[in-house]
Amino acid sequence: MAALGFAASGGNWFSALVLGVTLLKCLLIPTYHSTDFEVHRNWLAITHSLPISQWYYEATSEWTLDYPPFFAWFEYALSHVAKYFDEEMLNVHNLNYNSSKTILFQRFSVIFTDALFVYAVHECCKCIDGKKASKELTEKPKFILSVLLLWNFGLLIVDHIHFQYNGFLFGLMLLSIARLFQKRHVEGAFLFAVLLHLKHIYLYVAPAYGVYLLRSHCFTANKPDGSVRWNSFSYARFISLGLIVFLVSALSLGPFLALNQLPQVFSRLFPFKRGLCHAYWAPNFWALYSALDKVLSVIGLKLKLLDPNKIPKASMTSGLVQQFQHTVLPSVTPLATLLCTLIAIAPSIFCLWFKPQGPRGFLRCLILCALSSFMFGWHVHEKAILLAVLPMSLLSVGKARDASIFLILTTAGHYSLFPLLFTAPELPIKILLMLLFTTYSISSLKTLFRKEKPLFNWMETFYLLGLGPLEVFCEFVFPFTSWKLKYSFLPLLLTSAYCAVGIAYAWFKLYLSALTDPPAGKTRKQ
Amino acid sequence: MEKWYLMTTVVLIGLTVRWTVSLNSYSGAGKPPMFGDYEAQRHWQEITFNLPVKQWYFNSSDNNLLYWGLDYPPLTAYHSLLCAYVAKIINPDWIALHTSRGYESEAHKLFMRATVLIADLLIYIPAVVLYCCCLKEMSSKKKVANALCILLYPGLILIDYGHFQYNSVSLGFALWGVLGVSCHWDVLGSLAFCLALNYKQMELYHSLPFFCFLLGKCFKKGLKGKGFVLLIKLACTVVASFIVCWLPFFSEKEQTLQVLRRLFPVDRGLFEDKVANLWCSLSVFLKIKDILPRHTQLIISFCFTFLSLLPACIKLTLQPCPKAFRFSLVTCALSFFLFSFHVHEKSILLVSLPVCLVLSEIPFMSTWFLLVSTFSMLPLLLKDDLLMPTVVTVMAFFIACATSFSIFEKTSEEELQLKSFSISVRKYLPCFTFLPRIIQHLFLMSVITMVLLTLMTVTLDPPQKYPDLFSVLVCFVSFLKLLFFLVYFNIVIMWDFKNGRNQKKVN
Repeated sequence: MAALGFAASGGNWFSALVLGVTLLKCLLIPTYHSTDFEVHRNWLAITHSLPISQWYYEATSEWTLDYPPFFAWFEYALSHVAKYFDEEMLNVHNLNYNSSKTILFQRFSVIFTDALFVYAVHECCKCIDGKKASKELTEKPKFILSVLLLWNFGLLIVDHIHFQYNGFLFGLMLLSIARLFQKRHVEGAFLFAVLLHLKHIYLYVAPAYGVYLLRSHCFTANKPDGSVRWNSFSYARFISLGLIVFLVSALSLGPFLALNQLPQVFSRLFPFKRGLCHAYWAPNFWALYSALDKVLSVIGLKLKLLDPNKIPKASMTSGLVQQFQHTVLPSVTPLATLLCTLIAIAPSIFCLWFKPQGPRGFLRCLILCALSSFMFGWHVHEKAILLAVLPMSLLSVGKARDASIFLILTTAGHYSLFPLLFTAPELPIKILLMLLFTTYSISSLKTLFRKEKPLFNWMETFYLLGLGPLEVFCEFVFPFTSWKLKYSFLPLLLTSAYCAVGIAYAWFKLYLSALTDPPAGKTRKQ
Repeated sequence: MEKWYLMTTVVLIGLTVRWTVSLNSYSGAGKPPMFGDYEAQRHWQEITFNLPVKQWYFNSSDNNLLYWGLDYPPLTAYHSLLCAYVAKIINPDWIALHTSRGYESEAHKLFMRATVLIADLLIYIPAVVLYCCCLKEMSSKKKVANALCILLYPGLILIDYGHFQYNSVSLGFALWGVLGVSCHWDVLGSLAFCLALNYKQMELYHSLPFFCFLLGKCFKKGLKGKGFVLLIKLACTVVASFIVCWLPFFSEKEQTLQVLRRLFPVDRGLFEDKVANLWCSLSVFLKIKDILPRHTQLIISFCFTFLSLLPACIKLTLQPCPKAFRFSLVTCALSFFLFSFHVHEKSILLVSLPVCLVLSEIPFMSTWFLLVSTFSMLPLLLKDDLLMPTVVTVMAFFIACATSFSIFEKTSEEELQLKSFSISVRKYLPCFTFLPRIIQHLFLMSVITMVLLTLMTVTLDPPQKYPDLFSVLVCFVSFLKLLFFLVYFNIVIMWDFKNGRNQKKVN
C-alpha cells in the first residue's frame, strides 16, 4: 500500500507511460497543423498517383518532394492505407485538401509510426547502467529517462501539433545508438544507413558514426595507453560495414541512377538557394550574428550613419523562405557556413579517434556533431535542435554534469520552438506542456543527483528564470504595445537571440567536458 | 510535502487535458435557433450586463425567459456579469443586447473556454490538491496518484470543457466545504457550501449530509454547552451568506418569489431528455408522466428520495465522522439523482464528486462507478460531437486508476469494505463467500456492456420505429448499475457502524 501502485508491479509503469502519452497525442488531433501537413499530403499524392520517374520532377504544388527516396517509399506505403480513408487526398491537384478524414488519417499515421520510437526508448533504457538502483520508482534513472524521451516536449509539439514524422525517425536513430551500446555494430550501422536515406538531416551526425565504427569496430585492439594498434585492422569487418552501407544506398538511389535522375534528386535534397536562416530564426550562431546586424542597422539609421534607401527591404521574419542580405556585417555564403561547421565538428571527431571512451564517448561526439552543425549550419530549422536534445537525454541520467548541460540545452532549445505555434488556441497548450516537461526534468534530475553539488550556478538559474519574463513580454505584452507594427520582428529576434545564448553555452560546456575528461582506460570501465 | 514537483506535474497534466478537450466542439455549435448550453451561458452574460438586477429573472421584451432565461441562483448571475465585463473590454459585440444572439466565432469560443479554465484553476483544482494533501495514512506518492485520478475524471472535464458549463465552480465550492468541515473549520466549510448552493441549486443534493454531519457534531459536543454555540455560529453563517448573496432580490417579495420559481421549475415535468434514473427508465414500460397528475408525481418522487436517503442521514447524525460523511454524500446525491423530480443527466456529476473523494478508500468500486457515470452521459456527449475526447479521456482515467491503485488486486471483501457485512450474512448463510468473485464478474460484464453499447450507438443506425433505442438502452443499463451502487454504498455505511464498534472494543 505504501508505495505507488505500479511501483510494485515492475514493468507496468513503462506501458502506462506509453499509453498516457499516446492518449495525449490523440487529444492533440484537433489542434492547429502547419503547412507541413499539406507537404506530407502532397507527397502521399505524388508517390501514390505518379510513376517513380516523376517523383522528383513533379512540381504542381510548391511543396515538392525534398526528402530522400526511402521516405518517398514510406509515403507510398502509407498511401495504400490512406485510400481506405479518403481517396481524394491522393490527388496531386487537390491542393490544400484537408477533410476531417484526411486529418484523422495523417494524425494517426504519426501516432502509429511512433511505435518504433517507443520500442527504441525501451531498448535505450536497457543499455543505461542502473548504477544506483533506488527503491523509489520515480527516482530510478530508467524511469526518468523514459519520461524524458517519451514525453519530450519538442517531439510532441513538432510531430503532433505542427505535424511531421520525426517520431519514428528519431526512433531509428535511438535504436541504432542502442545497438551500438549493445555492441551489435553491424545492425547499428545498417539502421543508421536506412535512416540517412529516410531524412538526410541526419548527415550532420554521420561523422560520429563513421569514425566510431572505424575506430572501435574495424580496429579490434588498442595499445595499453589507449591509442590505436594499427595492425589490428580487420578487413572482414570493414568490408561488411562497407557492403551494408553500399547495399542500402544502392537500394535507395539505384532506381534513380538507372533513370539518370540523380542530379535532379540531389538538387531537391540540398536546396542551397534557400536563405541563411529559416523563416523563423533557429537559435544558433547566425541568429546572434543577424541580430547584431539588425541592432547595428537600427542604431545606424538612428545616428544617420546609414542611408535608408540602400537597406534591402526584405525582412528576415516574413513567412516565406528567401534570400537575406546583411546590412552592416558581411553577408555569409554557404561555403563559409560549411567551413565553420567542419571546423566546429573537427575537435570532437579527433577526440573520438584519439581518446575512445566506448559508446558513451561516441554518444557525446554524436551530440557535439549535431550541436555544432546546428550552431553553424546553412538554413537550419529550429526543429533540428531535437537532434541534440534526444540523444542528450541518454547522457543526462548518467552524470550530474551532463544533467546540468542537458537541462540548459533542452529548456532553451524547447523554448525556441515556441514561435512554431503562433495560434491563440495552442498558446495554453504549448505553455502547459513546456511547464510540464521543464518542471519534471529539472526536479527529477535534481532528485536523482541530490547528493552531488547543485546542478546550476546562479548565472544558469538566472538565465533559465529569464525565459518566463521573455515569454510574458513576447506573447502577452508586446502585441498590445505600439511597437507591434514598427518592430514586428522583435519577439522573434529576442526569442532566438536569448535561446541562442543558452544553446551556445551548453555547446561550449559540453565541448569542454568532452575535451577535458580523462580517457576511459584510466577511469571506470564502461 | 516533499513530492511537490510530482503534484505540480499532475496539476499540469490535468490542465493540459482540460485545454485540449476544450478545442473540440461545444453544445449547440452552429445549431440555430436554440443552440445549447454554450449559448445559454453567453446569453446570461448579455442579460446580466445590459439589464438592471431587478429584471434578470423576469420575462420582458428584453429578456425572453423562453430563450435560455436565467434559472440558476444569484452567484451564477454575478459570475456571468463578471465575465461580461471582461467580454466588453475584448469585444462588445459578444454581449450586445438582442444582436448578439447565437454569436459564434473562434475568438469567442476561446474566451468562453478560458473563463471555464480560470474558474476551474481558481476553485476546483486547488481544492482537489489540498484535499489529497490532507488525506491521512498515505505516502506522498499515493496522494499524488490520487490527485491525478480525481483531476482526470472524464465526466467533469467533458461536461465543462466539451459540452460547456461551469460545474467546477459549484463542485469546487462544495469540495472546499467538505474540506473545511472535515478539518474542523466548520464555519468556513459551511460558508463554502453556501456559496456552492448559491451557485447551483442542484447542490441541494449534498445539503442533507452537510446538515446532518454538522448537527451531529453539535450533538456530540453537547447541546447545552459548546455544541449550542457552534450551532448558533453555523446558523448565523448560513443566514448571513444567503442574505449577502440574495441582497438585491430581497427588496420586494415578488422578486424573491420569482427567483425561487425560476430555480425550481415544477412545471417542467418529472424528467427531461434521457436520464439514467428511475422515472425515465420506468417510462419504457409505464408512462407515469402521462398517467399521474403532476402533484402526485411530485409527492411520489419526494417519498422515494426521502426514504432512500433516510438511513444514511440518521446514521450520520448519530455518528458524525468524516468517513461516514463522505459516504453519505455519495448515497444522498445518488438517491436524489435516481428518484427526485426533474433531474438532468449532468447531475450525475454531483454524485461523482463525493465518489472521487472515496477513491482512495475503495478504489475498485469508485473507479467502476466513475466509469459508469461517464457512460450514462453518452447520449449527451455524442450529441455534442465529443466521441473522440470521450473515448480518450475515459481510457486515460481508467489507466491512471488501474496503475496507481492496481484496482484489480483490490477486490477482497476487506478492500471492498464489505467484511462486516459478509460476516453478518454468514451467520445465517455460512456459504456466503463468493461476494468478491460475483463483484468481479459484474464488473467485467458491466464493462463489456458499456463498450458494446457505445460501439452500437456509434456505428449502427437505430430502427426507424425506435429512433431513441440506443440512448434509452444506455440510460436503462446505467440506471440498473447506479441502483446497484446505491445498495452497495448503503451497505458500506450501515455495516461500517458495527465494524467501528468492533474496532473500539479491540482498542
